[in-house]
Amino acid sequence: MTPIDLARPGGIALALLPELVLTAWSLVVLLAVAWRHRDQDDQRLVAHLTLVGLLNTLAVVLWFWIDGVESTTVPSMIALDGFRYATSVVFLIGAVLAVLLSLGYLGRERLVVPEYYLLILFATTGMMFMGGGADLIVIFLGLELMSVSVYVLSGVNRRSIFAAEAALKYFLLGAFASGFLLYGIALVYGATGTTNLLLIHIRVTELGLATNLMLVVGIALLLIGFGFKVAAVPFHMWTPDVYDGAPTPVTAFMAAAVKAAGFAALIRVLFQALGPSQDVWVQGVWWLAVITMVVGNLVALAQRKLKRMLAYSSIGHAGYLLAAVSAGTELGAAAFLYYILAYTLMTIGAFAILAFTGQEGERDVAIDDLSGLATRRPWIAFAMAVFMLSLLGFPGTAGFIGKWYILSAVIDVDQVLLAVVLVGASVISAGFYLPVIMVMYMKPARSPDAHKATQLPVLSRWVVGVAAALLLLFGFWPNRVMDVARSGSEELRPSVMLSVSK
Amino acid sequence: MEYGAWILDALLLIPLVGGLAVLLRPEAQAKHLALVVAVAEFFLSIPLWWLFDPGTAAMQFEIVHPWIPAWGITYRVGLDGISLFMVLLTTLTMPLAVLGSWSYIKERERAYYALLLVLTTGMLGVFVALDLFVFYVFWEIMLIPMYFIIGVWGGERRLYAAIKFFVYTFVGSLLMLVAILSLYYLVGRATGTHSFDYRHILANIGVADRWAFWLFGAFFLAFAIKVPMFPFHTWLPDAHVEAPTAGSVILAGILLKMGTYGFLRFAVPFFPQVALHPTVVTIVVGLALVGIIYGALVAMVQPDFKKLIAYSSISHLGFVMLGIWALTVASVEGAIIIMVNHGISTGALFFLAGMLYERRHTRAIAEFGGVARVVPAFAAVLTLVALSSIGLPGTNGFIGEFLVLIGSFGTYPWATAVATTGVIFAAAYLLWALQRIIYNKLDKPENEQMQDLSRRELIVLAPLLALILWIGLYPAPFLHRIESSASALVEQVHEERGQMVMVEPVMEGDPR
Repeated sequence: MTPIDLARPGGIALALLPELVLTAWSLVVLLAVAWRHRDQDDQRLVAHLTLVGLLNTLAVVLWFWIDGVESTTVPSMIALDGFRYATSVVFLIGAVLAVLLSLGYLGRERLVVPEYYLLILFATTGMMFMGGGADLIVIFLGLELMSVSVYVLSGVNRRSIFAAEAALKYFLLGAFASGFLLYGIALVYGATGTTNLLLIHIRVTELGLATNLMLVVGIALLLIGFGFKVAAVPFHMWTPDVYDGAPTPVTAFMAAAVKAAGFAALIRVLFQALGPSQDVWVQGVWWLAVITMVVGNLVALAQRKLKRMLAYSSIGHAGYLLAAVSAGTELGAAAFLYYILAYTLMTIGAFAILAFTGQEGERDVAIDDLSGLATRRPWIAFAMAVFMLSLLGFPGTAGFIGKWYILSAVIDVDQVLLAVVLVGASVISAGFYLPVIMVMYMKPARSPDAHKATQLPVLSRWVVGVAAALLLLFGFWPNRVMDVARSGSEELRPSVMLSVSK
Repeated sequence: MEYGAWILDALLLIPLVGGLAVLLRPEAQAKHLALVVAVAEFFLSIPLWWLFDPGTAAMQFEIVHPWIPAWGITYRVGLDGISLFMVLLTTLTMPLAVLGSWSYIKERERAYYALLLVLTTGMLGVFVALDLFVFYVFWEIMLIPMYFIIGVWGGERRLYAAIKFFVYTFVGSLLMLVAILSLYYLVGRATGTHSFDYRHILANIGVADRWAFWLFGAFFLAFAIKVPMFPFHTWLPDAHVEAPTAGSVILAGILLKMGTYGFLRFAVPFFPQVALHPTVVTIVVGLALVGIIYGALVAMVQPDFKKLIAYSSISHLGFVMLGIWALTVASVEGAIIIMVNHGISTGALFFLAGMLYERRHTRAIAEFGGVARVVPAFAAVLTLVALSSIGLPGTNGFIGEFLVLIGSFGTYPWATAVATTGVIFAAAYLLWALQRIIYNKLDKPENEQMQDLSRRELIVLAPLLALILWIGLYPAPFLHRIESSASALVEQVHEERGQMVMVEPVMEGDPR
């Protein structure tokens, strides 16, 4: 276990090592793009550099995590705890998978935009700050870095008017949401006189500010701001259009990693800084969770296009994650970590298959277009079935263990009604996940040459295969990941710190 | 190694591995390989019959492996008198189901037989699980193979039937999941041991008193849908009629028993004070009676033979529910015997309906008539099976219904009197169908060319016929093995109920 003294500049630099490594790699990629941006070969080179950078960062994060790096002084701008490392790992895995998908996808769409990979790197850096920031300002900066990169990413296909619409919509509403967030931060600062998460906790406790009006309004605005970012109902209006219009690998990245980052920041702020006001925000999160689960799943039921269905279903999943947050316990945070890993794998897997089933326009792939996939492409159909069952939360898949974990966290704090709503929403979701399996296996192909062109590039095949295999593995043998999730959620609540400062 | 120390593991593992093997071998070998696996499974399970100790109600052949220690989840399986016959029924039905699909299934054979084998594991798992998590996982996983069997190889409206089957079961089981987790926390907090172990929870179930009403409700819904009790039965006719023959046989023979088994194993022993609360009793016994009468009446007017059998299941399962709720040793024994009987007789009826369909590609009763002259062996078998389903003395059907009626009469005389009429209705719809199919005039020229039972079909039916007569004439060995567990259950329930005062249901789950 290595202690780091955050009072010294050297200590801070060391604490920021993962982010610094990733930033350094971003600069390398930036330079590479400046010189090599003409054709697909250049683009592939950039992609490989990006992968190396991401994996390198992943190694550093794992080293920090396994070594158990922690700080000797409080408070600081950056957290050194399991939660930061765990979320960073999830973001990096999401980014790696997205890059692997994009390699085949950009080639097929004949898009030459090497900056694409650079933006993924920047966005990932932002996410890591969101999961690791110990100060509202750091979290906000991370969020903006991520958001701006993703605005551009969603509009990266300049030939598509839908992509343009998506980018503009996302940008306008995202900016709006950032405004809410910033105002919330300002009010929290106004109430407590600090933006540091630990200090907020201490001030709120010691000065008895738990139900202070300014703080409560600040919390509400923070919830709205984060609600936009994680696509919680009723702040989800941008989601379907943006997910629908953006290039599919970007959609996968947004649905998995961007959402995960929003949640990571939300959990850190609520648990670490606003723990004393738990009674206030649990109410809000509880309602958000209920509405999001019900509306997200109900609207998904009405979708005929696969991509839009997945977009709405990801709203439903945000609801499940909110339920984990509303438990407000370490068990809830652990459930969040487990679920977000499973969710990243299944969402990216499903989008990967989608990206390559519809030639030149996967936006228009209707669920019925998958008819007969099982006879023509049995392995792809099998993987898709695994993803759908996992999204549904069916036993034998990681999605089930994740849902079980969330239910367990929710019931542990006696919110049985929320648990009932959660399972009710899952039942609704059977209405749109099962038809995907149904058409693949039980309906004949629409034409003799349907699915002939459906071919996953080698790398995407790996993404899909590994994701499906991991989902099954974690479904039957979740022990290791559960231990990791639990260790990642420990010390999230600053009880120890508090006694030190007193 | 001793038989008891590995048998249940082997029974669960062999079909799974066999299923994989079927997938990997060439298409042409699929059915042979599946048959070999299923037969091997059956022969392996036979020693259970002798080695089972009828003198005790304790779990036997128990095997424990750690699974997810952090949550107190262990893979724990075992058998008692209630589950023994369910397991044997399953292992017996599966080879017959494989053999019965021999000529019916012509496409994607590998996938079909692999799914049948995986389904075997799922069903056996439900009956032997002694850990609530393990039970739940098996309970759900078994949905998938059945969903595919109905949806891929079923009749014309198979997609509708498959999704209906899936969603109905899924709705019930998810609420049960919430109830299981609640029990886990309630018991865990009170005892300090967080565990999904069935007996641990059963021993400390008292701490859940305050919530017993809601928890019982969740379990009840899951099992009532599966049984199915009126009015949750609407998935059954669709699923049974659309499924391929073997699918119907398994659905009727084994899957429905999971519901009644769930009542016997979980819902009633966990919450006796709710289960025996006068209001609940009125509702359950009332619904059981409605099921008996309604199922029989609807069966009577079905033009489709398979649908007739499907509705007759609702009626038979009504008797089982009545027997369980009467909670005397005789009625519970009778209920378990009916569960076995129904698997045998209705399974055989579905096989026979499938054989009719394979010959004439129709199941409409009106399309037949007078076929006894063309297919005498078929007619003889159908008559015997129908009589057993009616409950003629000397066949297995009589023993079960008689025990239930005798056992229930002391507890609910009026309800029993009404239920008795169900036997008469059963005679009415089955004899009438029999008359229209195999007797009457042979007036359809298509029927004159029908083939009689082939040797393969006889092999499928012979074990079922033997059991019909065995249980009908000499049921003592069966009852002997059930008795200890049945009386232990009845005692435990009455004892627990005596200790507890019924508490009023409370509203729960306000947001904090």
